[in-house]
Amino acid sequence: MKSLNNIVRVDKVLKDFTMGKTIVSVLKGIDLEIKTGEYVSIMGPSGSGKTTLFNMIGGLDKPSSGSVFIDEIDISQLDAYELAWLRCRKIGYIFQTFNIIQVMTALENVTLPMVFAGIADDQARDKGMELLELVGLKERFQHKPFELSGGQQQRVAVARALANDPAIILADEPTGNLDLATGDEIINLLKMLSREKGVTIISATHDLKMLNVSDRVIWISDGKIEKIEHRDELSISLGQIGEK
Amino acid sequence: MQKNTNPKANLPQQQVALPYKKSIEIAVKSIKSRFFRSLITTMSLILAISFYSYIKTNSLIITGIFFSENKTAIQQLSHLGYEIPDNGEAYTATPKERWILVLSLLVCVVGIVNTQLMAVADRFREIGTMKCLGALDRFILRLFLIEATLQGFIGATIGSVAGTVIALLGSLFKFGTVAMIFISINDVIMSITTAIFLGCFLSIIGVLYPALLAAKMQPVEAMRGKD
Repeated sequence: MKSLNNIVRVDKVLKDFTMGKTIVSVLKGIDLEIKTGEYVSIMGPSGSGKTTLFNMIGGLDKPSSGSVFIDEIDISQLDAYELAWLRCRKIGYIFQTFNIIQVMTALENVTLPMVFAGIADDQARDKGMELLELVGLKERFQHKPFELSGGQQQRVAVARALANDPAIILADEPTGNLDLATGDEIINLLKMLSREKGVTIISATHDLKMLNVSDRVIWISDGKIEKIEHRDELSISLGQIGEK
Repeated sequence: MQKNTNPKANLPQQQVALPYKKSIEIAVKSIKSRFFRSLITTMSLILAISFYSYIKTNSLIITGIFFSENKTAIQQLSHLGYEIPDNGEAYTATPKERWILVLSLLVCVVGIVNTQLMAVADRFREIGTMKCLGALDRFILRLFLIEATLQGFIGATIGSVAGTVIALLGSLFKFGTVAMIFISINDVIMSITTAIFLGCFLSIIGVLYPALLAAKMQPVEAMRGKD
């Protein structure tokens, strides 16, 4: 019964990339369980396989062996339609580079996933406005991305990630391109979402501030899980960093 | 031991969708906001199609003049090197003209492929993002095809009207009103319509390869594309 609470389960995942004639193994057997509503940070130096793992969980890439389960569905078994459906409905993505669609306004960006999900126009519009209000950009719904600052674009991205009430939000270095203050805003926003909406948040990050709000931190190094720390353990080991 | 009995059991039957109305909306928006890029694609179509229409309308005018049996005008035509067709047959473009025409249309398609490949490369990230948000390959394909059709339609309409008008004015100037009197309006309309269809067709042919490339792209590759 316990396994039902696992929104994400990563089972002995290996991933190799072929670079010319050499095979580089990036993930060397990852086992991971993430519970519904958890706020999990994946930490690790660059090249540790963080982003690769992240892409596996998001169904953006397939493991060489092992499987990734989302809601106990093995996503490598899914065909293109089901995978698209999963990306549309179950998972919200936030990227380091925001990836707001440049030709669309903030509101159109937020409503796009709802269009894919087949939600009626006015309903999508209302929901979109609601989400923009949630991220504090209600007045700027008609602005194009180039009229928004980095932090604002990232907030649009957060709103867009929430469009179809996903069970999981995957954030790949969401604060990587932001300054400290705006990075904090995004972190607080994510924390608020995880607390109030019960969304599971998984983020890959370098940002130590992210640790303070995480329920668990998964340290990855060289394609393996080095250690998993719970928050209570963290606040001790990283006390000074939090203070600063 | 558990779970794997039916891995898709939790998946509802719902599918992702992109209604045609929305696709057109997005395509129009995309053309508008990349106006300059679209203009280049459209421009090559305008040129090629106006050339096509010019040749077509000229043939119609010359046929009209032959049928008019207006001596001076016919003489003028033979002076200009036009071969008088056998009685009752319509004049058609010379092999040389046709050869140049085919070449120009070919160059136009190559030009479109080129600009569209650039456009796709420019939009890697946008395409990747859409895929992450749940877009299927065919949504992407459809968006590009609609864009190309719209561009083709606009370019070909401008081009064919321009080519026809230039041909008409040119011969009006050369031969006087006799050039106009015997020309059939239906034939002219027919030629414009054909030109528009041809333009859309060329535009779609030109975008096919770039669009397939875009649609087939994996989201991860697409995201990596511009980093």
